[in-house]
Amino acid sequence: MLFYGTELSSRLMLGTAQYPSPDILAGAVRAARAGVVTVSLRRESAGLRAGQAFWSMIRGLGVPVLPNTAGCHTVKEAVTTAQMAREIFDTDWIKLEVIGESDTLQPDMFALVEAARILTEDGFKVFPYMTEDLVGAERLLQAGCQVLMPWGAPIGSGRGLNNLFGLRALRAHFPDVPLVVDAGIGLPSHAAQAMELGYDAVLINTAVAKAGDPVAMAGAFRLAVEAGLAARSADPMEERDMAVPSTPVLGRAVLA
Amino acid sequence: MRILVNEEPRDVAAATLAAVLDELGYGGARVATAVNGDFVPAARRGALHLDEGARVEILAPMQGG
Repeated sequence: MLFYGTELSSRLMLGTAQYPSPDILAGAVRAARAGVVTVSLRRESAGLRAGQAFWSMIRGLGVPVLPNTAGCHTVKEAVTTAQMAREIFDTDWIKLEVIGESDTLQPDMFALVEAARILTEDGFKVFPYMTEDLVGAERLLQAGCQVLMPWGAPIGSGRGLNNLFGLRALRAHFPDVPLVVDAGIGLPSHAAQAMELGYDAVLINTAVAKAGDPVAMAGAFRLAVEAGLAARSADPMEERDMAVPSTPVLGRAVLA
Repeated sequence: MRILVNEEPRDVAAATLAAVLDELGYGGARVATAVNGDFVPAARRGALHLDEGARVEILAPMQGG
């Protein structure tokens, strides 16, 4: 699967926030065999230079980075943040977040489309964090996005895939567009489910970072993503409402 | 001249953004800058003169999801 012409080494994208320590983060990235790690931008103090240390650590992992515009609520904020991220991280990839509702951190699809258009015209390769809205998806593609990243559930909630119907519809409508479930995944089974639905990748952060053993959980997610992808390739059976005997009826003994 | 750096008031002697970064101790750091809400690429910092009260944002790589 190509994301803007680039093949990632795995279908698991991993966030870098909220880990108990840099060592545990590094261990989780390795255990996940993450294909990309997401990063952000924050104010830097001249004295502490925390960002410089973080950047050295991330570079040492040798995994491509996907900067985000987390925390942005307007088109202007998101576009400016993306421009700053491109310079700092030396990549034109951007995970575009424009939050519209603070309780659910639901994306503002209208602002998202506008920001995506501005950034695409400026040469960015935009990964939009979106709802599973079909019309919004179409608009984002028209705005130049070549990847879509619908939420599974609100960020950090761990609720899994809240709207299976919507996610399935999105996959069916856009069979050739790389789709990533971003946000809301809490368990490896949720990640496997996303891959079984035919999604091309998943983006996980809190579920790994806040696990009791983040490194072990990162490994569990790696297996789940592999299992889900293998299952999808193996063409799962159709569901049905009534039972069908799996053991042949022919030749059954009459013992009553 | 008094300016706001990451929302904190700072008195600086330098006039350009590049010189202010050096004066404040950011020399050599991997940072991105914005002035009054607009991105200022590294290549333009030397020519950008700050006005009294300018709002300067200095950002660096950080953990993110």
